Amino acid sequence: MEKDLNWREFLITRLIKFSGYSAIIFVSLIFFFLLKEGLPTLAEVPLGDLFSLRWYPIESRYGILPLITGSLLVTVGAGLIAVPFGIGTAIYLAEIAPRWVRNLLKPLVELLGGLPSVVLGFLGILILSPTLRVTLNLPTGLTALTGSLLLGGIAIPTVVSISEDALDAVPKSYRDAALALGATRWQTIWRVTLPAARSGVLTAVMLGVGRSIGETMTVMMVTGNAPVLATGLADLFSPVRTMTATIAAEMGEVANASTHYHVLFFIGMVLFLISLFVNVTASAIVFRQKKRAERILS
Amino acid sequence: MKNKIVIENLTLQYSDGTESLNGISLEIPANATTVLFGPAGGGKSSLLRCLNRLNDLADVESVSGRILLDGEDILDLKMDVTALRRKVGMVFARPVVLPFSIRGNLTYGLELAGEKRKSRHDEAVERSLKLAALWEEVHDRLDDPAIALSGGQQQRLCLARSLALEPEVLLLDEPTSGLDPISTSKVEEALDELKKQYTVILVPHSVQQAARTSDYAAFFLQGKLIEYAPGTDIFTNPQHQRTEDYVTGRFG
Repeated sequence: MEKDLNWREFLITRLIKFSGYSAIIFVSLIFFFLLKEGLPTLAEVPLGDLFSLRWYPIESRYGILPLITGSLLVTVGAGLIAVPFGIGTAIYLAEIAPRWVRNLLKPLVELLGGLPSVVLGFLGILILSPTLRVTLNLPTGLTALTGSLLLGGIAIPTVVSISEDALDAVPKSYRDAALALGATRWQTIWRVTLPAARSGVLTAVMLGVGRSIGETMTVMMVTGNAPVLATGLADLFSPVRTMTATIAAEMGEVANASTHYHVLFFIGMVLFLISLFVNVTASAIVFRQKKRAERILS
Repeated sequence: MKNKIVIENLTLQYSDGTESLNGISLEIPANATTVLFGPAGGGKSSLLRCLNRLNDLADVESVSGRILLDGEDILDLKMDVTALRRKVGMVFARPVVLPFSIRGNLTYGLELAGEKRKSRHDEAVERSLKLAALWEEVHDRLDDPAIALSGGQQQRLCLARSLALEPEVLLLDEPTSGLDPISTSKVEEALDELKKQYTVILVPHSVQQAARTSDYAAFFLQGKLIEYAPGTDIFTNPQHQRTEDYVTGRFG
Protein backbone atom coordinates (compact mmCIF):
# COMPACT_ATOMS: atom_id res chain seq x y z
CA MET A 1 0.00 0.00 0.00
CA GLU A 2 2.67 2.44 1.14
CA LYS A 3 4.89 1.48 -1.72
CA ASP A 4 2.04 1.76 -4.21
CA LEU A 5 1.36 5.32 -3.10
CA ASN A 6 5.01 6.30 -3.45
CA TRP A 7 5.10 4.91 -6.95
CA ARG A 8 2.04 6.90 -7.99
CA GLU A 9 3.42 10.03 -6.38
CA PHE A 10 6.64 9.58 -8.34
CA LEU A 11 4.81 9.07 -11.62
CA ILE A 12 2.50 12.05 -11.18
CA THR A 13 5.21 14.51 -10.20
CA ARG A 14 7.32 13.38 -13.16
CA LEU A 15 4.39 13.82 -15.53
CA ILE A 16 3.70 17.32 -14.27
CA LYS A 17 7.36 18.18 -14.50
CA PHE A 18 7.48 16.93 -18.07
CA SER A 19 4.43 19.02 -19.01
CA GLY A 20 6.16 22.05 -17.59
CA TYR A 21 9.38 21.47 -19.51
CA SER A 22 7.58 20.52 -22.72
CA ALA A 23 6.67 24.15 -23.43
CA ILE A 24 10.34 25.05 -23.40
CA ILE A 25 11.19 22.06 -25.58
CA PHE A 26 8.51 22.89 -28.15
CA VAL A 27 9.45 26.54 -28.39
CA SER A 28 13.10 25.77 -28.89
CA LEU A 29 12.32 23.03 -31.45
CA ILE A 30 10.14 25.45 -33.41
CA PHE A 31 12.81 28.12 -33.20
CA PHE A 32 15.57 25.79 -34.41
CA PHE A 33 13.41 24.51 -37.25
CA LEU A 34 12.63 28.07 -38.33
CA LEU A 35 16.32 28.95 -38.23
CA LYS A 36 17.33 25.82 -40.12
CA GLU A 37 14.86 26.42 -42.94
CA GLY A 38 14.98 30.22 -42.96
CA LEU A 39 18.64 31.09 -42.59
CA PRO A 40 19.74 29.62 -45.99
CA THR A 41 17.82 32.59 -47.46
CA LEU A 42 20.67 34.87 -46.46
CA ALA A 43 23.05 32.80 -48.60
CA GLU A 44 20.69 32.53 -51.57
CA VAL A 45 19.19 36.02 -51.79
CA PRO A 46 21.35 39.17 -51.46
CA LEU A 47 20.24 41.39 -48.57
CA GLY A 48 19.55 44.28 -50.94
CA ASP A 49 17.06 42.14 -52.86
CA LEU A 50 15.49 40.79 -49.72
CA PHE A 51 14.62 44.25 -48.47
CA SER A 52 13.57 45.57 -51.87
CA LEU A 53 10.06 46.58 -52.79
CA ARG A 54 9.00 43.85 -55.13
CA TRP A 55 7.56 40.50 -54.10
CA TYR A 56 7.25 38.36 -57.21
CA PRO A 57 8.62 34.89 -56.42
CA ILE A 58 8.05 33.45 -59.90
CA GLU A 59 10.63 35.87 -61.28
CA SER A 60 12.83 35.36 -58.25
CA ARG A 61 11.99 38.74 -56.75
CA TYR A 62 11.92 38.28 -53.01
CA GLY A 63 11.44 41.78 -51.57
CA ILE A 64 9.71 41.25 -48.21
CA LEU A 65 9.47 44.93 -47.29
CA PRO A 66 5.90 45.35 -48.65
CA LEU A 67 4.82 42.32 -46.62
CA ILE A 68 6.30 43.73 -43.41
CA THR A 69 4.70 47.13 -43.90
CA GLY A 70 1.45 45.42 -44.86
CA SER A 71 1.40 43.48 -41.61
CA LEU A 72 2.37 46.55 -39.58
CA LEU A 73 -0.25 48.74 -41.25
CA VAL A 74 -3.07 46.27 -40.65
CA THR A 75 -1.92 45.69 -37.07
CA VAL A 76 -1.61 49.39 -36.26
CA GLY A 77 -5.06 49.96 -37.73
CA ALA A 78 -6.45 47.10 -35.67
CA GLY A 79 -4.76 48.48 -32.57
CA LEU A 80 -6.24 51.94 -33.13
CA ILE A 81 -9.66 50.30 -33.16
CA ALA A 82 -9.24 47.62 -30.52
CA VAL A 83 -7.44 49.61 -27.81
CA PRO A 84 -9.89 52.48 -27.26
CA PHE A 85 -12.92 50.27 -27.86
CA GLY A 86 -11.61 47.41 -25.74
CA ILE A 87 -10.57 49.58 -22.81
CA GLY A 88 -13.81 51.53 -23.08
CA THR A 89 -15.83 48.33 -22.92
CA ALA A 90 -13.74 47.09 -20.01
CA ILE A 91 -14.33 50.34 -18.10
CA TYR A 92 -18.03 50.12 -18.77
CA LEU A 93 -18.15 46.52 -17.58
CA ALA A 94 -16.01 47.01 -14.49
CA GLU A 95 -17.10 50.46 -13.34
CA ILE A 96 -20.40 51.53 -14.76
CA ALA A 97 -22.60 48.63 -15.81
CA PRO A 98 -25.13 47.27 -13.32
CA ARG A 99 -24.32 43.78 -12.13
CA TRP A 100 -26.84 41.97 -14.33
CA VAL A 101 -25.61 43.72 -17.48
CA ARG A 102 -22.08 42.77 -16.60
CA ASN A 103 -23.02 39.14 -15.96
CA LEU A 104 -24.62 39.05 -19.39
CA LEU A 105 -22.04 41.03 -21.36
CA LYS A 106 -18.82 39.51 -20.15
CA PRO A 107 -19.59 35.93 -21.27
CA LEU A 108 -20.82 37.33 -24.59
CA VAL A 109 -17.58 39.24 -25.14
CA GLU A 110 -15.63 36.11 -24.33
CA LEU A 111 -17.78 34.14 -26.76
CA LEU A 112 -16.85 36.69 -29.42
CA GLY A 113 -13.22 35.90 -28.66
CA GLY A 114 -13.85 32.24 -29.41
CA LEU A 115 -15.38 32.90 -32.83
CA PRO A 116 -13.33 31.15 -35.57
CA SER A 117 -11.54 33.79 -37.63
CA VAL A 118 -12.67 32.18 -40.88
CA VAL A 119 -16.26 33.03 -39.95
CA LEU A 120 -15.27 36.65 -39.45
CA GLY A 121 -13.54 36.48 -42.83
CA PHE A 122 -16.85 35.43 -44.41
CA LEU A 123 -18.61 38.41 -42.91
CA GLY A 124 -15.75 40.58 -44.13
CA ILE A 125 -16.02 39.40 -47.72
CA LEU A 126 -19.79 39.33 -47.93
CA ILE A 127 -20.83 42.35 -45.90
CA LEU A 128 -18.00 44.61 -44.78
CA SER A 129 -15.97 44.91 -47.98
CA PRO A 130 -18.92 45.69 -50.34
CA THR A 131 -20.21 48.23 -47.83
CA LEU A 132 -16.81 49.90 -47.58
CA ARG A 133 -16.39 49.95 -51.35
CA VAL A 134 -19.72 51.67 -51.84
CA THR A 135 -19.65 54.11 -48.94
CA LEU A 136 -16.03 55.19 -49.37
CA ASN A 137 -16.20 54.99 -53.17
CA LEU A 138 -13.12 52.76 -53.50
CA PRO A 139 -12.09 50.67 -56.53
CA THR A 140 -12.12 47.59 -54.29
CA GLY A 141 -13.44 46.80 -50.82
CA LEU A 142 -10.58 44.39 -50.10
CA THR A 143 -8.26 46.83 -48.34
CA ALA A 144 -6.04 47.13 -45.30
CA LEU A 145 -8.88 48.97 -43.59
CA THR A 146 -11.19 46.00 -44.02
CA GLY A 147 -8.54 43.79 -42.42
CA SER A 148 -7.96 46.29 -39.62
CA LEU A 149 -11.64 46.49 -38.79
CA LEU A 150 -11.98 42.72 -38.59
CA LEU A 151 -8.72 42.24 -36.71
CA GLY A 152 -9.82 44.95 -34.31
CA GLY A 153 -12.94 42.90 -33.74
CA ILE A 154 -10.81 39.85 -33.09
CA ALA A 155 -8.50 41.66 -30.66
CA ILE A 156 -11.24 43.47 -28.72
CA PRO A 157 -12.37 40.44 -26.65
CA THR A 158 -8.78 39.82 -25.53
CA VAL A 159 -8.32 43.45 -24.55
CA VAL A 160 -11.70 43.64 -22.82
CA SER A 161 -11.38 40.43 -20.88
CA ILE A 162 -7.90 41.06 -19.49
CA SER A 163 -8.24 44.76 -18.76
CA GLU A 164 -11.62 44.18 -17.10
CA ASP A 165 -9.95 41.69 -14.76
CA ALA A 166 -7.26 44.26 -13.99
CA LEU A 167 -9.77 47.05 -13.31
CA ASP A 168 -11.86 44.73 -11.18
CA ALA A 169 -8.81 43.92 -9.05
CA VAL A 170 -8.33 47.58 -8.02
CA PRO A 171 -9.42 47.80 -4.36
CA LYS A 172 -12.78 49.44 -3.76
CA SER A 173 -11.16 51.66 -1.14
CA TYR A 174 -9.31 53.58 -3.89
CA ARG A 175 -12.61 54.49 -5.51
CA ASP A 176 -14.19 55.43 -2.18
CA ALA A 177 -11.24 57.65 -1.35
CA ALA A 178 -11.35 59.48 -4.68
CA LEU A 179 -15.13 59.89 -4.59
CA ALA A 180 -15.04 61.16 -1.02
CA LEU A 181 -12.64 63.87 -2.18
CA GLY A 182 -15.24 65.13 -4.59
CA ALA A 183 -14.03 63.37 -7.73
CA THR A 184 -16.71 62.65 -10.27
CA ARG A 185 -17.12 59.13 -11.50
CA TRP A 186 -15.18 59.86 -14.66
CA GLN A 187 -12.37 61.60 -12.75
CA THR A 188 -12.14 58.58 -10.46
CA ILE A 189 -11.89 56.21 -13.41
CA TRP A 190 -9.41 58.28 -15.41
CA ARG A 191 -7.15 59.50 -12.61
CA VAL A 192 -7.26 56.68 -10.06
CA THR A 193 -8.71 53.35 -11.19
CA LEU A 194 -7.13 53.20 -14.65
CA PRO A 195 -3.62 54.21 -13.48
CA ALA A 196 -3.85 51.69 -10.66
CA ALA A 197 -4.69 48.94 -13.16
CA ARG A 198 -2.03 50.16 -15.59
CA SER A 199 0.11 47.05 -15.85
CA GLY A 200 -2.85 44.74 -16.42
CA VAL A 201 -4.29 47.04 -19.07
CA LEU A 202 -0.92 47.21 -20.79
CA THR A 203 -0.69 43.42 -20.84
CA ALA A 204 -4.15 43.33 -22.37
CA VAL A 205 -3.11 45.73 -25.13
CA MET A 206 0.05 43.78 -25.90
CA LEU A 207 -1.78 40.46 -26.07
CA GLY A 208 -4.40 42.05 -28.31
CA VAL A 209 -1.73 43.43 -30.64
CA GLY A 210 0.05 40.07 -30.59
CA ARG A 211 -3.16 38.37 -31.58
CA SER A 212 -3.68 40.74 -34.52
CA ILE A 213 -0.20 40.48 -35.94
CA GLY A 214 -0.32 36.68 -35.91
CA GLU A 215 -3.82 36.41 -37.34
CA THR A 216 -3.82 34.84 -40.80
CA MET A 217 -7.11 33.60 -42.12
CA THR A 218 -9.16 36.78 -41.89
CA VAL A 219 -6.53 39.06 -43.38
CA MET A 220 -5.89 36.65 -46.21
CA MET A 221 -9.59 36.73 -47.06
CA VAL A 222 -10.18 40.47 -46.93
CA THR A 223 -7.02 42.52 -47.52
CA GLY A 224 -6.73 41.93 -51.26
CA ASN A 225 -3.24 40.39 -51.05
CA ALA A 226 -1.44 42.92 -53.23
CA PRO A 227 2.19 43.17 -52.12
CA VAL A 228 2.49 46.94 -52.43
CA LEU A 229 4.65 49.01 -50.10
CA ALA A 230 2.55 50.83 -47.54
CA THR A 231 4.10 54.17 -46.61
CA GLY A 232 1.50 55.73 -44.34
CA LEU A 233 -1.93 55.49 -42.85
CA ALA A 234 -3.40 56.69 -46.18
CA ASP A 235 -2.58 53.26 -47.58
CA LEU A 236 -5.30 51.86 -45.31
CA PHE A 237 -7.62 52.34 -48.27
CA SER A 238 -5.63 50.24 -50.71
CA PRO A 239 -5.04 46.47 -50.79
CA VAL A 240 -2.06 45.12 -48.88
CA ARG A 241 -0.57 41.73 -48.24
CA THR A 242 0.58 40.61 -44.82
CA MET A 243 3.41 38.27 -43.88
CA THR A 244 1.05 35.67 -42.44
CA ALA A 245 -1.19 35.65 -45.51
CA THR A 246 1.83 35.25 -47.80
CA ILE A 247 3.06 32.20 -45.93
CA ALA A 248 -0.39 30.64 -45.80
CA ALA A 249 -1.12 31.26 -49.47
CA GLU A 250 2.20 30.17 -50.95
CA MET A 251 3.47 27.44 -48.66
CA GLY A 252 1.24 24.80 -50.24
CA GLU A 253 2.62 25.28 -53.74
CA VAL A 254 6.28 25.95 -53.17
CA ALA A 255 8.96 23.44 -54.17
CA ASN A 256 10.59 21.91 -51.13
CA ALA A 257 14.03 23.40 -50.25
CA SER A 258 13.84 25.94 -53.07
CA THR A 259 14.83 29.56 -52.53
CA HIS A 260 11.17 30.60 -52.39
CA TYR A 261 10.62 27.96 -49.67
CA HIS A 262 13.52 29.31 -47.63
CA VAL A 263 12.29 32.90 -47.97
CA LEU A 264 8.88 31.90 -46.67
CA PHE A 265 10.55 30.49 -43.57
CA PHE A 266 12.60 33.63 -43.31
CA ILE A 267 9.35 35.61 -43.19
CA GLY A 268 8.23 33.29 -40.41
CA MET A 269 11.43 34.18 -38.52
CA VAL A 270 10.74 37.90 -38.92
CA LEU A 271 7.22 37.36 -37.62
CA PHE A 272 8.58 35.40 -34.70
CA LEU A 273 11.04 38.18 -33.87
CA ILE A 274 8.32 40.85 -34.03
CA SER A 275 6.04 39.04 -31.60
CA LEU A 276 9.03 38.28 -29.37
CA PHE A 277 9.84 42.00 -29.39
CA VAL A 278 6.26 42.92 -28.48
CA ASN A 279 6.20 40.43 -25.63
CA VAL A 280 9.60 41.38 -24.24
CA THR A 281 8.72 45.10 -24.37
CA ALA A 282 5.47 44.47 -22.56
CA SER A 283 6.96 42.38 -19.79
CA ALA A 284 9.87 44.81 -19.44
CA ILE A 285 7.45 47.68 -18.84
CA VAL A 286 5.33 45.69 -16.40
CA PHE A 287 8.44 44.42 -14.64
CA ARG A 288 9.92 47.90 -14.32
CA GLN A 289 6.75 49.18 -12.72
CA LYS A 290 6.74 46.31 -10.28
CA LYS A 291 10.33 46.98 -9.35
CA ARG A 292 9.53 50.61 -8.71
CA ALA A 293 6.56 49.72 -6.50
CA GLU A 294 8.69 47.25 -4.55
CA ARG A 295 11.44 49.78 -4.07
CA ILE A 296 9.02 52.31 -2.68
CA LEU A 297 7.41 49.80 -0.36
CA SER A 298 10.63 48.46 1.12
CA MET B 1 -26.15 75.46 19.98
CA LYS B 2 -26.54 75.35 16.23
CA ASN B 3 -27.41 72.07 14.55
CA LYS B 4 -25.28 71.38 11.49
CA ILE B 5 -27.01 68.19 10.41
CA VAL B 6 -30.53 67.06 11.17
CA ILE B 7 -31.47 63.48 10.36
CA GLU B 8 -35.18 62.76 10.23
CA ASN B 9 -36.54 59.23 10.34
CA LEU B 10 -33.80 57.77 8.11
CA THR B 11 -34.40 54.17 7.04
CA LEU B 12 -32.01 52.28 4.77
CA GLN B 13 -32.16 48.75 3.42
CA TYR B 14 -29.42 46.93 1.51
CA SER B 15 -30.51 44.68 -1.31
CA ASP B 16 -29.16 41.55 0.36
CA GLY B 17 -31.11 42.42 3.50
CA THR B 18 -28.05 42.78 5.74
CA GLU B 19 -27.02 45.78 7.81
CA SER B 20 -29.61 48.54 7.60
CA LEU B 21 -30.84 51.63 9.39
CA ASN B 22 -34.21 51.77 11.04
CA GLY B 23 -36.01 55.07 11.65
CA ILE B 24 -32.98 57.09 12.78
CA SER B 25 -33.54 60.68 13.95
CA LEU B 26 -30.53 62.61 15.13
CA GLU B 27 -29.44 66.22 15.50
CA ILE B 28 -25.73 66.79 15.10
CA PRO B 29 -24.42 70.09 16.46
CA ALA B 30 -21.78 72.20 14.72
CA ASN B 31 -18.27 72.65 16.12
CA ALA B 32 -18.36 69.54 18.28
CA THR B 33 -17.38 65.90 18.05
CA THR B 34 -20.32 63.55 17.74
CA VAL B 35 -19.47 59.91 18.22
CA LEU B 36 -21.47 57.04 16.69
CA PHE B 37 -20.69 53.86 18.60
CA GLY B 38 -21.97 50.37 19.22
CA PRO B 39 -21.21 46.77 18.23
CA ALA B 40 -20.33 45.82 14.65
CA GLY B 41 -23.18 45.70 12.16
CA GLY B 42 -25.15 48.34 13.98
CA GLY B 43 -25.38 50.74 11.06
CA LYS B 44 -22.74 53.28 12.10
CA SER B 45 -20.75 53.14 8.88
CA SER B 46 -23.92 53.02 6.80
CA LEU B 47 -25.11 56.22 8.43
CA LEU B 48 -21.73 57.84 7.91
CA ARG B 49 -21.78 56.87 4.24
CA CYS B 50 -25.25 58.37 3.85
CA LEU B 51 -23.93 61.72 4.99
CA ASN B 52 -21.69 62.10 1.92
CA ARG B 53 -23.81 59.89 -0.32
CA LEU B 54 -21.01 57.36 -0.72
CA ASN B 55 -23.73 54.73 -0.39
CA ASP B 56 -24.91 55.69 -3.86
CA LEU B 57 -22.64 53.06 -5.35
CA ALA B 58 -23.46 50.30 -2.87
CA ASP B 59 -26.28 47.84 -3.29
CA VAL B 60 -28.86 49.95 -1.52
CA GLU B 61 -32.42 48.73 -1.93
CA SER B 62 -34.24 51.74 -0.52
CA VAL B 63 -33.62 54.91 1.47
CA SER B 64 -36.33 57.01 3.07
CA GLY B 65 -36.37 59.94 5.45
CA ARG B 66 -34.42 63.16 5.23
CA ILE B 67 -30.89 64.33 6.00
CA LEU B 68 -30.70 68.10 6.27
CA LEU B 69 -27.28 69.75 5.99
CA ASP B 70 -27.70 73.42 6.86
CA GLY B 71 -31.39 72.94 6.11
CA GLU B 72 -30.87 71.38 2.67
CA ASP B 73 -31.95 67.79 2.03
CA ILE B 74 -28.86 65.96 0.76
CA LEU B 75 -30.83 62.84 -0.18
CA ASP B 76 -32.66 64.93 -2.77
CA LEU B 77 -32.01 63.55 -6.26
CA LYS B 78 -31.22 67.07 -7.48
CA MET B 79 -28.39 67.39 -4.95
CA ASP B 80 -24.96 67.99 -6.52
CA VAL B 81 -23.18 64.98 -5.02
CA THR B 82 -19.70 66.14 -6.01
CA ALA B 83 -20.17 69.50 -4.33
CA LEU B 84 -21.60 67.74 -1.28
CA ARG B 85 -18.54 65.52 -0.99
CA ARG B 86 -16.27 68.56 -1.09
CA LYS B 87 -18.24 69.99 1.79
CA VAL B 88 -18.35 66.71 3.72
CA GLY B 89 -14.88 65.14 3.90
CA MET B 90 -14.28 61.53 4.86
CA VAL B 91 -11.42 59.50 6.34
CA PHE B 92 -11.56 55.71 6.17
CA ALA B 93 -10.54 52.95 8.54
CA ARG B 94 -7.55 51.95 6.50
CA PRO B 95 -5.47 54.78 5.06
CA VAL B 96 -5.87 54.86 1.29
CA VAL B 97 -3.02 56.93 -0.07
CA LEU B 98 -3.35 57.47 -3.77
CA PRO B 99 -0.34 56.50 -5.88
CA PHE B 100 1.08 60.06 -6.03
CA SER B 101 3.56 62.08 -3.99
CA ILE B 102 2.63 63.50 -0.57
CA ARG B 103 1.94 66.85 -2.16
CA GLY B 104 0.04 65.18 -5.01
CA ASN B 105 -2.29 63.47 -2.55
CA LEU B 106 -3.06 66.78 -0.89
CA THR B 107 -3.64 68.81 -4.03
CA TYR B 108 -5.61 66.08 -5.81
CA GLY B 109 -8.98 67.19 -4.47
CA LEU B 110 -8.23 70.81 -5.32
CA GLU B 111 -7.25 69.91 -8.88
CA LEU B 112 -10.48 67.96 -9.24
CA ALA B 113 -12.36 71.01 -8.04
CA GLY B 114 -10.68 73.01 -10.79
CA GLU B 115 -8.27 74.99 -8.58
CA LYS B 116 -5.13 75.53 -10.67
CA ARG B 117 -3.27 78.30 -8.84
CA LYS B 118 -0.06 76.92 -7.38
CA SER B 119 -0.01 79.45 -4.56
CA ARG B 120 -3.38 78.16 -3.37
CA HIS B 121 -2.05 74.61 -3.59
CA ASP B 122 1.01 75.41 -1.49
CA GLU B 123 -1.08 77.27 1.03
CA ALA B 124 -3.54 74.36 1.31
CA VAL B 125 -0.73 71.80 1.66
CA GLU B 126 0.89 73.64 4.56
CA ARG B 127 -2.37 74.51 6.32
CA SER B 128 -3.85 71.01 6.09
CA LEU B 129 -0.63 69.25 7.12
CA LYS B 130 -0.33 71.51 10.16
CA LEU B 131 -3.95 70.84 11.11
CA ALA B 132 -3.39 67.10 10.83
CA ALA B 133 -0.21 67.35 12.96
CA LEU B 134 1.95 66.01 10.15
CA TRP B 135 3.75 69.15 8.94
CA GLU B 136 6.77 68.73 11.24
CA GLU B 137 7.41 65.20 10.01
CA VAL B 138 7.08 65.65 6.25
CA HIS B 139 7.58 69.32 5.35
CA ASP B 140 11.06 68.66 3.92
CA ARG B 141 10.01 65.74 1.70
CA LEU B 142 6.70 66.68 0.18
CA ASP B 143 7.64 65.19 -3.18
CA ASP B 144 8.39 61.72 -1.85
CA PRO B 145 5.89 59.01 -2.74
CA ALA B 146 3.13 58.99 -0.15
CA ILE B 147 3.26 55.22 0.11
CA ALA B 148 6.67 55.52 1.80
CA LEU B 149 5.09 57.03 4.94
CA SER B 150 4.35 54.90 7.99
CA GLY B 151 0.79 53.73 8.68
CA GLY B 152 0.11 56.45 11.21
CA GLN B 153 1.54 59.12 8.94
CA GLN B 154 -0.51 57.81 6.03
CA GLN B 155 -3.69 58.09 8.07
CA ARG B 156 -2.87 61.66 9.07
CA LEU B 157 -2.10 62.36 5.40
CA CYS B 158 -5.58 61.10 4.53
CA LEU B 159 -6.97 63.40 7.19
CA ALA B 160 -4.98 66.30 5.77
CA ARG B 161 -6.17 65.40 2.28
CA SER B 162 -9.77 65.85 3.38
CA LEU B 163 -8.90 69.07 5.19
CA ALA B 164 -7.20 70.55 2.12
CA LEU B 165 -10.64 70.95 0.59
CA GLU B 166 -11.75 73.02 3.57
CA PRO B 167 -14.83 70.90 4.26
CA GLU B 168 -17.47 71.90 6.79
CA VAL B 169 -18.11 68.41 8.10
CA LEU B 170 -15.53 65.70 8.69
CA LEU B 171 -16.60 62.04 8.72
CA LEU B 172 -14.19 59.56 10.25
CA ASP B 173 -14.82 55.81 10.03
CA GLU B 174 -12.63 54.10 12.66
CA PRO B 175 -9.68 56.28 11.64
CA THR B 176 -7.31 54.81 14.21
CA SER B 177 -8.23 51.12 14.05
CA GLY B 178 -4.93 50.19 12.39
CA LEU B 179 -2.69 52.55 14.33
CA ASP B 180 -0.39 52.19 17.32
CA PRO B 181 -1.19 54.09 20.56
CA ILE B 182 1.18 56.98 19.80
CA SER B 183 -0.22 57.60 16.34
CA THR B 184 -3.73 57.22 17.75
CA SER B 185 -3.19 59.93 20.31
CA LYS B 186 -1.72 62.20 17.63
CA VAL B 187 -4.82 61.76 15.49
CA GLU B 188 -7.10 62.33 18.48
CA GLU B 189 -5.23 65.50 19.43
CA ALA B 190 -5.58 66.74 15.87
CA LEU B 191 -9.32 66.01 15.96
CA ASP B 192 -9.69 67.86 19.23
CA GLU B 193 -8.15 70.89 17.58
CA LEU B 194 -10.23 70.47 14.43
CA LYS B 195 -13.62 70.52 16.07
CA LYS B 196 -13.16 74.22 16.77
CA GLN B 197 -13.56 74.83 13.04
CA TYR B 198 -15.42 71.80 11.79
CA THR B 199 -18.30 69.51 12.62
CA VAL B 200 -16.65 66.20 13.42
CA ILE B 201 -18.53 62.91 13.23
CA LEU B 202 -16.49 59.95 14.40
CA VAL B 203 -17.05 56.21 14.46
CA PRO B 204 -14.49 55.15 17.09
CA HIS B 205 -12.91 51.73 17.20
CA SER B 206 -13.39 51.26 20.94
CA VAL B 207 -15.65 52.41 23.76
CA GLN B 208 -12.61 54.00 25.40
CA GLN B 209 -12.00 56.15 22.37
CA ALA B 210 -15.68 57.04 22.24
CA ALA B 211 -15.53 58.20 25.85
CA ARG B 212 -12.28 60.12 25.31
CA THR B 213 -13.29 62.05 22.23
CA SER B 214 -17.04 62.62 22.36
CA ASP B 215 -18.94 65.79 23.05
CA TYR B 216 -22.09 63.96 22.04
CA ALA B 217 -22.52 60.25 21.61
CA ALA B 218 -25.09 58.08 19.87
CA PHE B 219 -25.37 54.38 20.67
CA PHE B 220 -26.43 52.15 17.78
CA LEU B 221 -27.59 48.57 18.04
CA GLN B 222 -28.75 46.51 15.05
CA GLY B 223 -29.75 49.49 12.95
CA LYS B 224 -31.56 51.33 15.71
CA LEU B 225 -30.53 54.42 17.64
CA ILE B 226 -30.82 53.38 21.28
CA GLU B 227 -29.60 56.47 23.07
CA TYR B 228 -28.26 59.90 22.19
CA ALA B 229 -26.84 62.20 24.84
CA PRO B 230 -23.86 64.39 25.72
CA GLY B 231 -20.74 62.24 26.08
CA THR B 232 -20.30 63.00 29.75
CA ASP B 233 -23.76 61.61 30.49
CA ILE B 234 -23.90 58.55 28.29
CA PHE B 235 -20.66 57.03 29.55
CA THR B 236 -21.22 57.78 33.25
CA ASN B 237 -24.97 57.61 33.58
CA PRO B 238 -26.61 55.77 30.69
CA GLN B 239 -30.39 55.81 30.62
CA HIS B 240 -30.94 52.51 28.82
CA GLN B 241 -30.03 49.06 30.06
CA ARG B 242 -28.53 48.05 26.69
CA THR B 243 -26.30 51.12 26.64
CA GLU B 244 -25.11 50.47 30.14
CA ASP B 245 -24.37 46.82 29.33
CA TYR B 246 -22.29 47.86 26.32
CA VAL B 247 -20.48 50.76 27.98
CA THR B 248 -19.54 48.66 30.99
CA GLY B 249 -18.32 45.90 28.75
CA ARG B 250 -20.98 43.31 29.49
CA PHE B 251 -21.37 42.60 25.77
CA GLY B 252 -19.95 43.78 22.45
